[in-house]
Amino acid sequence: MKAIITVMLKNGVLDPQGEAVKSALSVLGFSEVNGVRQGKVIELDLANGTDELQVNEMCSRLLVNSVIECYTLEIM
Amino acid sequence: MRAAVIIFPGSNCDRDMVVALRESGADVSTVWHKDAELPQNLDLVAIPGGFSFGDYLRCGAIAAQSPICRAVVEHANRGGYVLGVCNGFQILTETRLVPGALMRNSGLKFLCKPIDLIVETQDSAFTSGYGHGSKIQVPIAHHDGNYFVTDAELTTLRDEDRVAFRYSANPNGSAYAIAGVLSVNRRVLGMMPHPERAMETKMGSADGQALFRALVGQAIAA
Repeated sequence: MKAIITVMLKNGVLDPQGEAVKSALSVLGFSEVNGVRQGKVIELDLANGTDELQVNEMCSRLLVNSVIECYTLEIM
Repeated sequence: MRAAVIIFPGSNCDRDMVVALRESGADVSTVWHKDAELPQNLDLVAIPGGFSFGDYLRCGAIAAQSPICRAVVEHANRGGYVLGVCNGFQILTETRLVPGALMRNSGLKFLCKPIDLIVETQDSAFTSGYGHGSKIQVPIAHHDGNYFVTDAELTTLRDEDRVAFRYSANPNGSAYAIAGVLSVNRRVLGMMPHPERAMETKMGSADGQALFRALVGQAIAA
């Protein structure tokens, strides 16, 4: 089984990289882009039967910094 | 004063930190990150700058989970002194010994230059050697020094006089131009600028001396 963790900066936390990507898109002529937020995806290859609670604990203890980041979790 | 400098894979300011502490009168040892214990009767742990674990995942995140960091947190909880500089500051935020987080510089560039700092409080072993509100020059060298705290946490930091240093001109987008913060018991300091790189006039500035001398002197007196 797999877990796909999508980590994003929380709303209200300024994302300088997203801002830079937005301005680069604007330079390319994509004026319809109102905003860009950049995050990351972490894919875990897990032993079958792993409890989702375990994955949440991995997120809170290491994978995600709850001061600035939030995440969504998808188990496949 | 007995001090230990922690070395992670990717630390690169550890030797400068050792020299700065020794020159200021401390008895200094170095500790490898895989060690689970600190030397006995330690007064100060210094976490140096660098790029621990290649800055993978988040700056300082992996170092903060290393065996030695558990011992550093216990040392701090016992009331021991901890100084984290640059990557050391990032590691301290990841261990939650100081609040907040350090994000990519607002201008996205790696910044490496001397910079003016305002000493915001004299009320700590780290800053008692400076005059209140005095301006000192210390180098910065970082890509991720943009200090983030929630508005509520910032209010708490200011109310409790725990902002140690502010940038005279904010280089990286830090909240309230914060360059260094203290823990609740004022014995843990995290700061992005490098006082260990400002120890002699021939290095461009000797303004870091007062931090190390006050810190080493305080622990001897205690």
